[in-house]
Amino acid sequence: MQKVYTKIESIVGNVVTVRATGIRNGDLALVGDSYANVIKLDGDKVSLQVFAGAQGVSTDDPVKFLGRPMQVSFSEHLLGRIFNGAGVPRDNGPALTENMIDIGGPSFNPAKRIIPKHMIRTGIPMIDMFNTLVESQKLPIFSVSGEPYNQLLARIALQAEVDVIVLGGMGLKYDDYLAFRDTLEKGGAMSHTVMFIHTAADPTVESTLVPDLSLAVAEQFALEGRKVLVLLTDMTSFCDAEKELAITMEQVPSNRGYPGDLYSMLASRYEKAVDIEGAGSITILGVTTMPGDDVTHPVPDNTGYITEGQFYLRNGRIEPFGSLSRLKQNVNGDTRDDHRALMDGMIKLYAQYKESLEKKSMGFAMSDWDEKLLKYGKLFEEKMMDLSVNIPLEDALDLGWEILAECFEPNETGLKTSLIKERWPKKLD
Amino acid sequence: MDTATGHVTGINGNMANVKFDGAVRKNEVGYIHVDDKRLKSEVIRITDGIASMQIYEMSNGIKVGDPVEFTGALMSVDLGPGLLTQIYDGLQNPLPELAEKCGFFLQRGVYLDPIPNKDWEFTPTVKVGDSVVAGDTIGTVPEGIFTHHIMVPFTLKGNDWTVKSIVGKGTYNVRATICVIENTSGEERELSMVITQPIKRPIKCYEERLRPDEPLIMQLRSIDTFLPVAKGGTFCVPGPFGAGKTVLQHMEAKNGEADIVIIAACGERAGEVVEILKEFPELEDPRTGRSLMERTIIICNTSSMPVAAREASCYTAVTMAEYYRQMGLNVLMLADSTSRWAQAMREMSGRLEEIPGEEAFPAYLESTIAAFYERAGKVRLKDGSIGSVTIGGTVSPAGGNFEEPVTQATLKVVGAFHGLSRERSDARKYPAIDPTESWSKYTGIIDMGRVERARGILKRSIEVNQMMKVVGEEGTTSEDYITYQKGELLDAVYLQQNSFDPIDAADPPERQRVEFDLLYEALTSTYSLEDKNEIRTFFNELRQKFLDWHGTVFQSPEFEAKKNEIAEFFKTKVAA
Repeated sequence: MQKVYTKIESIVGNVVTVRATGIRNGDLALVGDSYANVIKLDGDKVSLQVFAGAQGVSTDDPVKFLGRPMQVSFSEHLLGRIFNGAGVPRDNGPALTENMIDIGGPSFNPAKRIIPKHMIRTGIPMIDMFNTLVESQKLPIFSVSGEPYNQLLARIALQAEVDVIVLGGMGLKYDDYLAFRDTLEKGGAMSHTVMFIHTAADPTVESTLVPDLSLAVAEQFALEGRKVLVLLTDMTSFCDAEKELAITMEQVPSNRGYPGDLYSMLASRYEKAVDIEGAGSITILGVTTMPGDDVTHPVPDNTGYITEGQFYLRNGRIEPFGSLSRLKQNVNGDTRDDHRALMDGMIKLYAQYKESLEKKSMGFAMSDWDEKLLKYGKLFEEKMMDLSVNIPLEDALDLGWEILAECFEPNETGLKTSLIKERWPKKLD
Repeated sequence: MDTATGHVTGINGNMANVKFDGAVRKNEVGYIHVDDKRLKSEVIRITDGIASMQIYEMSNGIKVGDPVEFTGALMSVDLGPGLLTQIYDGLQNPLPELAEKCGFFLQRGVYLDPIPNKDWEFTPTVKVGDSVVAGDTIGTVPEGIFTHHIMVPFTLKGNDWTVKSIVGKGTYNVRATICVIENTSGEERELSMVITQPIKRPIKCYEERLRPDEPLIMQLRSIDTFLPVAKGGTFCVPGPFGAGKTVLQHMEAKNGEADIVIIAACGERAGEVVEILKEFPELEDPRTGRSLMERTIIICNTSSMPVAAREASCYTAVTMAEYYRQMGLNVLMLADSTSRWAQAMREMSGRLEEIPGEEAFPAYLESTIAAFYERAGKVRLKDGSIGSVTIGGTVSPAGGNFEEPVTQATLKVVGAFHGLSRERSDARKYPAIDPTESWSKYTGIIDMGRVERARGILKRSIEVNQMMKVVGEEGTTSEDYITYQKGELLDAVYLQQNSFDPIDAADPPERQRVEFDLLYEALTSTYSLEDKNEIRTFFNELRQKFLDWHGTVFQSPEFEAKKNEIAEFFKTKVAA
């Protein structure tokens, strides 16, 4: 029973209202030829949010209710494809209609969760060695706009040891989208990637659907036993889109105009990250741009309360301070016996380097020890922190020892003597 | 009892408007029928014959005209033996059983019996003809290490009830009728081991409320000595993300000297609950030798679960706490985090189009928070025994700024404030409780006068440190520099505690007293140290000795030896 209604009573923002009966909350409809979903019912008044925006919608446009909620097709055919925020192909491939699944499904039962214990190798020393990414972790990259966060995401996508990559782009610049596509194609990762891309020029509503589409698909892959990495960029655009819609709907704003349920909105998406016992897993790596480099801005602030740590991207590097992977201790005990100690030792020395650097900039005299630290800090930044460095964890650890040996005497490093005996590189002279 | 029925007339987010026939109570529970599912909802407002109901589940698929069945009962939980060790969601659905039934994902509209269907060894304590009132014990069953009292429902009205029949000692199913009571007008009630209690009504079946004057030991030095919590008291733990709120609460749940611990994971990460789920059954409660899980109940409504049930989860937890308090037990209830609960209230208030207060929180935020914390308390029960409910809630202030409505409303009503600071957590000083901003109105395990003097040294030390940043070490007098070092010593060896060290993780009060005595002597002595280098070396060495001391087993020969070594060490430098 696909009854068509042709009398739209009001059009406010992206929301149209029509009188209809027997309509379910959350159902999908076609307004003209654009998708819309039911967001409010009041008697026979049905409010619909038009995905493509209500611009140009006429009061006599046909409204056709499809009798089902927003869905996305799930099959192997998704791999290598690119869709927009409404699930419509963006590449030149055919639309997929088989095996439709609901998006925004129920939450994972906490009692069925397991303690995450598998590392995801990325080949980036600042991640693998210092803030290990763990399967089923949800981790945002906090960044100021202008930083190369999308390049970083693309590199992680190429190098991470996962089975499927789902890329959700929200408010992406068109050239960023092309860059993602080209990088993944060139790197040969496109064959196991699905993209849901909303560009900045697309209708706002579609931006809010991208995380749900991406995660619904990811969940199905994970249930089939795949290791899925979901990349979401940029979550601040997603929140801004939600803000825009909430204000249009005349919701009372809570903090800097954002809706009061911002936390729940973010949490219901990030919490989809899970390691399923006996099947696959979902790991979420998001980008949260911080307006004005302000971590107390509602979006990074709420995100920080939800995610399991964060990476700070600053000056083109992943900052060792402030960056944190809350799950790293679950895995970095079983990698190599010197991993934890070397990680702590190198960071402590790097912190001292920063102090020396400050002293130097203030014009204080540099001691021998300061000079050693300065040399160390420079090497550390060049060989470890630079984002272009691409080496496996074991090589990164070896490199760490080499840097230490180049700058310090063994007893200056604060590392345990037994470790030094085993790992300290032999002097060439 | 006649219950009303109705049908949906409107839906907005997780709020449904329902036109009803018959009588409907405010806050009564109703079920909205969607296809073959029944979705639990609560009436939160009635206007012009329309009931506004908040739905405790996802509201997708509801349509206008869907039938609604009201229950006539307020939002309630079932209380009875078998609650301990359970993991519930905010509506008291047992999650492991739900997983068995529904698999990996939570399905809406599935409600299981919260009380395990088990037989218990019942011993009656009343006989036919005895008169009983609400809250009276009619018998006991052994639940783990506790004697679980089977009580007359707390909601029973009137004091003219007598026992008409009661079963003898024996094994009965938890839901079997074990007792029948009747009143003078001939009304009869069948009682089983399970009673139903509305979650938003405090249980008041006690003789009197007492002042919380006995410390609740957490085995954390910074709390027990400097910022004590009392049995029957309240405390809050605000802090920015990453400051260690949840880790601190887990420590309290592990080491707190309460009989029963109830954890309400309210709107936080599911991963953190998993840590408790997997860790607690493995840990041994040192006082009983049994698994820690045997004294624990977990209410778990994590951030991605329905928002309305988040609010219910705090009340569900505190109702269970009151229930065990009625058995003369000391219950510690921990809520993580009350901000999420307040946000759930804000969301609902927005849907009801109420006039918003500060940061869009409803105007009744403060009174609701106050009423919640007031459910804590130490009480003398009718049989003379003493029970208590202690409530500790974390607060997640936006941007780590304590000047926000939830933190401020909470600070007004709690007895202790353990504020966590980002500075301390960044410097890896755990627990990251800010020693100068935090406060407690309770009496701790150590004489307050001496604690205050130690705190004074710490405050002065922080001032000196601030000053040194401007004038440098060179411009500081030796006297000030020693005060600074003393404060640093107190912080490093007393306030900070290594939760990963098997011995230091839990510091019993007897040990804290010994440690504080020695440290106090070291802090209040005057030293004859001149050179700054000498001062620094002396305090570094003293600190190292104290830290080593923390690693020794209490009252072992090494412990005593280390203690004497420290005393001898600093006394050599004390000024004559």
